[in-house]
Amino acid sequence: MSRRSDRGDATDASADPLRPADALPSGADRGVADSDLRPSDHIEGADAAIGGPKLGFVGSLRFAWRQLTSMRTALFLLLLLAIAAVPGSLVPQRSSDPNGVSQYAQSNPDLFPIIDWFQGFDVYTSVWFSAIYLLLFVSLIGCVLPRANHHWKAMRAKPPRTPGRLERLEHFESRDTDGVDVEATLASAQRLLRSRRYRTARYGDSISAERGYLRETGNLVFHISLVGILAAVAVGGSLGYSGNKVVVEGEPFVNYIGGYDSFNRGRLVGDDSLVPYRIGLDELDVTYETENQNAVGAPLDYTAAVTVTEPDGSSRDATIKVNEPLREDGTDVYLLGNGYAPRVTVRDPDGNTVFSGSVPFLPQDSFLTSLGIIKVPDGLAEQIGMIGFFYPTPRQLDSGAFASSFPDLNDPLLTFSVYTGDLGLDEGVPKSVYELNTEGLDEVAGPNADVAGLQLREGDTVDLPNGLGTVSFDGVSRFGSLEIHHDPARTWVLVFAILVLAGLLTSLFIPRRRLWVKVVRRGDGSLELQYAGLARSDDPRLGEAVTDLADAHAGPRADPGADAGQHGSRGTT
Amino acid sequence: MTQALDQLSAVLLFSAMGVYALAFIAFTLDLARRSARVGDTVVSGAERVAAARSGAANGYVTTKERSTATIGRSDGATRESVSLRIGVVLAIIGWVLHLVATVLRGVAGGRVPWANMYEFSMTGTLIIMGVFLVALVRRDLRFLGAIVTGLVLIMLGITTVGFRVDVVPLPPALQSYWLVIHVMVAILGTAFFTLGAAISVVQLLQTRREAGAAPVKFRLPGAIPGPVALENTAYRVIVVGFVFWTFTLIAGAIWAEHAWGRYWGWDTKEVWTFIIWVIFAGYIHARATKGWRGSRSAWLAIIGFAAVMFNFGVVNVFFKGLHAYSGL
Ligand code: HEM
Repeated sequence: MSRRSDRGDATDASADPLRPADALPSGADRGVADSDLRPSDHIEGADAAIGGPKLGFVGSLRFAWRQLTSMRTALFLLLLLAIAAVPGSLVPQRSSDPNGVSQYAQSNPDLFPIIDWFQGFDVYTSVWFSAIYLLLFVSLIGCVLPRANHHWKAMRAKPPRTPGRLERLEHFESRDTDGVDVEATLASAQRLLRSRRYRTARYGDSISAERGYLRETGNLVFHISLVGILAAVAVGGSLGYSGNKVVVEGEPFVNYIGGYDSFNRGRLVGDDSLVPYRIGLDELDVTYETENQNAVGAPLDYTAAVTVTEPDGSSRDATIKVNEPLREDGTDVYLLGNGYAPRVTVRDPDGNTVFSGSVPFLPQDSFLTSLGIIKVPDGLAEQIGMIGFFYPTPRQLDSGAFASSFPDLNDPLLTFSVYTGDLGLDEGVPKSVYELNTEGLDEVAGPNADVAGLQLREGDTVDLPNGLGTVSFDGVSRFGSLEIHHDPARTWVLVFAILVLAGLLTSLFIPRRRLWVKVVRRGDGSLELQYAGLARSDDPRLGEAVTDLADAHAGPRADPGADAGQHGSRGTT
Repeated sequence: MTQALDQLSAVLLFSAMGVYALAFIAFTLDLARRSARVGDTVVSGAERVAAARSGAANGYVTTKERSTATIGRSDGATRESVSLRIGVVLAIIGWVLHLVATVLRGVAGGRVPWANMYEFSMTGTLIIMGVFLVALVRRDLRFLGAIVTGLVLIMLGITTVGFRVDVVPLPPALQSYWLVIHVMVAILGTAFFTLGAAISVVQLLQTRREAGAAPVKFRLPGAIPGPVALENTAYRVIVVGFVFWTFTLIAGAIWAEHAWGRYWGWDTKEVWTFIIWVIFAGYIHARATKGWRGSRSAWLAIIGFAAVMFNFGVVNVFFKGLHAYSGL
C-alpha cells in the first residue's frame, strides 16, 4: 500500500472501467458517463477536476460544494461521527442517566464544569455532534440528488455500445459455428439475455446487454431512507412527549401534565394535547424464583393489572408487563420499575392523624431492601423527618443490623431513624420526596441518638421519642413505576429503517454487469460467436455468467480444457 | 438436572478447546511448512491476468480487475500438506463438541443459549468457527485456520475463566422473542466481522511481504492468495456482516421500544453498536473512495472488529447502562 499514492490509484480509475478503453466511439453513452454522477473521487469515477483552478465567487462556492459532497468528505465525516460518539459512552448522559450526572458532579467537582462546557453530558444533542451529522447529511443529500437524477435517465437509456475487441476483456468466451443465419443467432441471443432479465440493444452484429440497475436503485433508496429516518426522528422529537409516574396499588394515574412526576415534551406539544385517560393500578403481581439455588429471589415476572378509564367514562381491564406495554390513545404505557410502599400513619399524642399514606420506598438491592423518607412538617410539636428502611424478608446480621434475604414479603420489617428540626419545606424550594437533608436536624431516634431506631412489624404502633406522638405500620402495597410515551413518528422511523435494510440488501448483493454477444465473420466465411462480460461492481460470478451464456446460446464447448478458438461448438438456431 | 447438564456442557466445552488447540498446532505447522517454500505463489486467475497485462508485479491492478480477483474454490488444486488436512478434521471435531456443549447449555437453561455473556461467547465462537468451516466448502480459506482457531481459543479461554456463570432464569426484560432474533443476528454479524478482520490481517501481511518490507520472522508462506484477492474476499465477508449488523441495530431498536419505551436512547451499548455500524459504513465507503482501497480499508476493518470486541468485552462489563445482561 505504501507504494500507492492517491494519484496512482486515480490513474487506474481514470480509464473509466465501466467502458473499456477500447470501446466503440459511443455517442449514446457519453451523456450519462458515470463520472458525471458519482462524486469525483468515487473510485469508479474519472479523475475530474478536483481543485482545478476556478474563478470567482460562484466558482469557489461550487468548489466548496463539490468538496463537501465528495466521497472523501463523506468518509471523513463518517469516521468523525464514530469518534464523536465515543465520549458519550464514557461519561453519564443527562438524557439516559440523570442521576449518574449528579453523582459525577459530586465526585468530580473540578472536572464537571469543564466537561459540561463542552456539552459532554449532552453529547448527542451537542452543537459539535449535531454539526457533524448535519454536515454528513447535507453531503449525503448533495451526493444523492444528482445521482438519483442520473440514474433515472440511465434506467431509460439503452445499454452502451459494444466494445471493439471483446477478446481483450478478462471474461471472454468464443464459439465457432459454421454457416448460420446471423440475424437468427443474434435474435436468439437477445431472447436469451432478455429471459435473464438483461436490458438489451442491438449494435451492428452484436447485442449489448446490461442488468443490475436495481443495485443503484437500492443504493439510492438506502441513502435517502437514512435522511428519512433522521427527519422522522426530528418530527417525533418535537411532536412527542414522555414522562413517568410512580403509582401505588389502588391509586390512579391521570394523563395530564400535572399527573406526572417528571415530564418531557417536544417543542410542538401544547398543554392540552394529552388525552386525559386514567389508569388505576389494581394490583402488581411479582413472582420470584424459589427453586433454582443459584438464583433464589430472581424476579421471574412482573404483571400489573390495571383499569383503564377513557375520558368518556368507559373503562376496561388490561395488563402491563415488561416487554408488553399497554397501547392507549396513541401513547404506550410501560412498567419499568417496582418496589414496596409501606402504609404508615403518624398521630399526635391525642390520637389525631397528622400523616397517613403509602410511601414508595426505593429499592436498594436485589432483595429489595428499600429506603424511604417521611416528612411531617405540621401537626406535631416539632417538625419531624424520618429515614426508613424496609426489609420485605428481614434477617438480622451478626452486627445486629438488618438485611433483606428475599424480595417477597415474609413478616416484613420497617425501621426508622427520626429527626426533628426545621425541614426547610417553607422556603418554597422544591425538595425531592426521596431525600432528607439531615444537616441542622437533631437525630432523636436512631444509631446516633439516645433512643434506638424504631422497629415495626406489620400492624405495630410505636411511640415517637419525646412524647411527640405515635407511628403505625398499617400494611404494605407495591408500587409500579409507569413510563408513558407518545411518539407520532415512530412508525415512519420503522418504515425508513426497513427501507434502509431493503436498499442495503439490493445494493450489496445485486451485481451490475454488462454482457455482449457478437458475431464475427471470418475470412473463410465461417462465423465466430464471441461472448464477453464486464463487472460494474463487486461481481464474483461474472466469469460464470459469461460461460453460462455461451453454453446456453451456442452449446457447451466439447472439450472444456481446449483453447478458445478450437472447433467444438454446436451450431445455434 | 439443570446443573448436571450444565456441568456436562462445561466439560464438553473444555474438550472442544483441547481439540481446537490441536487444530491450531496443525494449522500452524502447515504454515511453517509452507513458508519453507516461499516462492510458490498461488495467485488467482484475475491477478495473474492483471499482472501479465500491466506488468505490475506488486499485485495492484486496475479497478475492474480488482473487483474480480478472488480466492479460488477449494477444489484441491493447491498442494496440500498432511497437517493442513489434519487441522481441518480436528477443527470439525472440535466444532461438533462445541456445538453439543452449546446445545446442552441451552437445554439446561430451557432457552436459547445466548442470554448472558458466557453463553453469548460460547455461541458466538461456535458461529465463527461454523461460518469459517462452511466457507471452506466454497473457498479455500484454510490458510486462515491458524488465525481463526487461535482467536476462538483466546475468546473461549477468556469466556470460561472470566464470564462463566451458573444457569439462572431469564429476568423479565429478556423474556422476549427479540432475544432470539436480535442477539442471534448480532452473533452472526460478529462472526462475519471476525472472519473479515482475520482476512484483513493476512492481507496486510501479504501487502508487506509483497512490498518486501516484512521482517523475516513475519514472512508469510507463499501459497496464500495475494492482497487483492484477500481484500475482495474480506469485503464480501464484511458486507454480509454489515447487513446482519444493520438488522441487529434495527431489531434492537424495536426491542428497546417494547421493553423500555423508546427505540433509541443513547444507552452505552446502543452507542457502541452505532459506532461499530458507522465504522463499517466507513469501511464500505473507503472501498469506493480513491486512495482508500488496500491497506487503509483493511485497517478500518480491523478497527471495526476491535470496536466489536470492545463493545462485547468491555462495555458489557465495565460500562453502566440498561443492557445489564452480562450475568456477572
Ligand atoms: C449518513 C451517512 C452515510 C451512511 C451511513 C452511508 C452508508 C453507506 C453504505 C452502508 C453503503 C453501502 C451500501 C450501498 O451501496 O447502498 C454506502 C454506499 C455508498 N455511499 Fe454512502 N453513506 C452515507 C453518506 C454518503 C455520502 C455523503 C455519499 C456521497 C459523498 C455517499 C456515497 C455513497 C456511494 C457512492 C456508495 C456506493 C459505494 C460503492 O460503489 O460500493 N454516502 N453508503
